[in-house]
Amino acid sequence: MKILIVDDFSTMRRIIKNLLRDLGYTNTHEADDGNSALPLLRSSDFDFLVTDWNMPGMTGIELLKAVRSDDKLRSLPVLMVTAEAKREQIIEAAQAGVNGYVVKPFTAQALKEKIEKIFERVA
Amino acid sequence: MSIPDGTQFEGALVEQAKALLVQLESGDSHQAMKTISNLHTSRDQYLFQEVGKLTRSLHTAIQNFHVDSGFDASTLGEMSRMEDASERLNYVITLTERAANRTMDMVEETIPLSNSVGNRARELKPEWERLIRREMKPEEFRVLTHSVTSFLEQASKEASQIDDNLSNILLAQDYQDLTGQVIKKVITLVQEVQDNLVQLVKMAGSVDQIAGIEHAPFDPKPKENPVGAEGPIMNPEKRDDVVTGQDDVDALLSSLGF
Repeated sequence: MKILIVDDFSTMRRIIKNLLRDLGYTNTHEADDGNSALPLLRSSDFDFLVTDWNMPGMTGIELLKAVRSDDKLRSLPVLMVTAEAKREQIIEAAQAGVNGYVVKPFTAQALKEKIEKIFERVA
Repeated sequence: MSIPDGTQFEGALVEQAKALLVQLESGDSHQAMKTISNLHTSRDQYLFQEVGKLTRSLHTAIQNFHVDSGFDASTLGEMSRMEDASERLNYVITLTERAANRTMDMVEETIPLSNSVGNRARELKPEWERLIRREMKPEEFRVLTHSVTSFLEQASKEASQIDDNLSNILLAQDYQDLTGQVIKKVITLVQEVQDNLVQLVKMAGSVDQIAGIEHAPFDPKPKENPVGAEGPIMNPEKRDDVVTGQDDVDALLSSLGF
């Protein structure tokens, strides 16, 4: 299971990386916004994408839309982990094809649940 | 900075308008034209005076905050208060990031230690139980005593390491005091800027009045991209367009068929 974590704050990437490791996922890679994430996704074989929304350069929602419109990546499971909490944002993410949405601040339990749910559906 | 008193000007306006009416009714058009010209002059004078006040206030406000460090010779080389505020906020980012990383370093270092103590205790437990049940041969017992001795030594070492790491995590939280002080200073500056802006808007308002300028009505709702990123919501309970937690998100998504 190869996972890409996209967040502009290195501390948040580190927190997510640690939580994923606790869940048994050790093959994690990092990017700091959509612009650096997209080439990584295209050139490698990631199984799962965890992304923030609000990032300089390319935002998480733009990244999600780019992933869904890319022939190679369109079925990649995407989990959004973000402080963005407006209902219309969550609806927009859902319409753009997000597989899960976790609002910050989040608990390890919430992240675990969402990830397990996504993998259940994908499997 | 004070709001200019327009009553004097308005009084003069009323008097001259009355005089103008009398002059026109009595057919004294020469005098009437003079009065109209006087009206113009007093309006212009008042306008110049108000624009002058506004300019001075702007000047003072800019000087107060050194918005532009090159504003005049005396402020050259001195950091502008705006720049200073940005610098302070960057310092807050640095401190909080450092504290978060320090804490995570300690946690990452501690988890294997507590895992190791737990794992070794679990390994020893069945052996220890065999000893209690008197199922152990003397040579096995000798091996067990070695294992227990080494476990106790190791556990005590690891426990002190864990203690040290926990104190370091505690100490890493000292940023809160420092960043709190810095942020309070920046809040004071923002309030000063806000007060000054309100004064400027008031002064500009009286200039508008004299000059007869009208603006579109003020819309307190900022025009923004409706689904633009907003960042953390400070008071979710006071808004009905945001979720208040993960349960809300889950409910919303399941209502959408997720």
